[in-house]
Amino acid sequence: MDYIFNILDQLLISTQDTFSYIFRILPAMVDGTKVTLMMFFATIALSLPLGLLLSLGRISRFRLLNSAIGVYIWLFRGTPLMLQLLFVYFGLPIIPVIGEVLVLTAFQAALLAFVLNYAAYFAEIFRGGIQSIERGQYEGAKALGMTYAQMMRRIILPQVIKRVLPPVSNETITLVKDTSLIYVLAMNDLLRTARGLVQRDFSLTPFIVAGVFYLLMTFVLTKIFARLEKRYAVYDE
Amino acid sequence: MNIMKMISAEKIYKSFDELEVLKGVSLDVEKGEVVAIIGPSGSGKSTFLRCMNRLELIDGGSITIGGDQLVSTTSDGKVVYVEEAKARMICRRTGMVFQHFNLFPHLTVLENVIEAPMTVKGIKKEEIIPEAKELLRKVGLDDKLDSYPSRLSGGQKQRVAIARALAMKPDIMLFDEPTSALDPELTGEVLKSIRQLAEEHMTMIVVTHEMGFAQDVANRVIFMDKGEIIEEGTPEEVFGNPQHQRTQAFLNHLSAR
Repeated sequence: MDYIFNILDQLLISTQDTFSYIFRILPAMVDGTKVTLMMFFATIALSLPLGLLLSLGRISRFRLLNSAIGVYIWLFRGTPLMLQLLFVYFGLPIIPVIGEVLVLTAFQAALLAFVLNYAAYFAEIFRGGIQSIERGQYEGAKALGMTYAQMMRRIILPQVIKRVLPPVSNETITLVKDTSLIYVLAMNDLLRTARGLVQRDFSLTPFIVAGVFYLLMTFVLTKIFARLEKRYAVYDE
Repeated sequence: MNIMKMISAEKIYKSFDELEVLKGVSLDVEKGEVVAIIGPSGSGKSTFLRCMNRLELIDGGSITIGGDQLVSTTSDGKVVYVEEAKARMICRRTGMVFQHFNLFPHLTVLENVIEAPMTVKGIKKEEIIPEAKELLRKVGLDDKLDSYPSRLSGGQKQRVAIARALAMKPDIMLFDEPTSALDPELTGEVLKSIRQLAEEHMTMIVVTHEMGFAQDVANRVIFMDKGEIIEEGTPEEVFGNPQHQRTQAFLNHLSAR
């Protein structure tokens, strides 16, 4: 009997220890999460519109613009994001002229790389979405006297949004986790903070806490996108 | 220039790659006239209609709509369209109804009808809504205002499409096989709406396979085959006493079915 109480006692103490440890590291973890979220939101806010512009250029009749964007997309989808991060931060400053004008903080460099990379993916998603809209929609809009801009804004793009929501949702969730790559620029995001604590305290608990934080963020995103999809489900094609 | 001429198309040529679809087709349509274009599939009748509002660009000939030249061909064979904004204004005198409706699926019935007047003409929503409702009432769909197109039958969709085109107040309505995608029992309701327009003296060009309708409603029937107008005349002339052997063959073939 005593023996069992003993074990329970120890379990209680170690649980209490764990909780108080988690509480102690929480402020640092929250700070790391802030860096992660800042990078995430800034990237989304800039790469979605850039991706849209690129997709419109990619389908435009101007051959030069069209193929220039093709090359851009090939470059940024065809090389590792990590390489792009390193190149923007360490590579750009040593290029003559550009290096002298462009002085970037670690955050700015990371943001630039992320935006350029994600815009390339979004551009391809939007291009596919735009081209999936039936020709009859364009003809219907044109026969009613709409300009290209009116047609895109009022008829085509609203329908594209519905079709691209699932792939955009996918990319967005990937981005949450991709932000952890900024550790290579020595920025203290959620994962790098956790790693520092693991090494300092010889405990795996910070990794578990970080994992839970990532899960919470992606959970919220999943819910938001589920909401959006539901809202766009009011009409069928 | 005869001001009563709503559309004047002269010697229209059009090719898709190597295939010559229109070989110098000419057509004048007077104000209030209803012209039915009939002919076998692949005869170029739909392509001809689509040239009138620039859905197809022509390779030769000239088109004048409501007295304004849309496109002309110089003596050395160069096709010249008027500049984009002007061309859009000229083509706005036409309204088109498509075989496959081409309604906007993300908009309700009412929104489909008011979209172009608002976006293209800049009319205020509250001003256009009563007009749109009246148009939808005329085609018998005033109980479907807030439905999305996917909830409608083919016949209902096509009637919304007619109301949508009319909301832009066109001078000429172009119908591109408006009943060809419909189940037979639904063609009647669409034809009724088109007939109603004819009674209001709307100028119309109707590309159709409905011979009975062409005979009833059209002032003039045009038979096209292989990119040319083979025969034209009143419905009595073309259906009752076709002169050309190809017209006879086509009509015989139809009645044999």
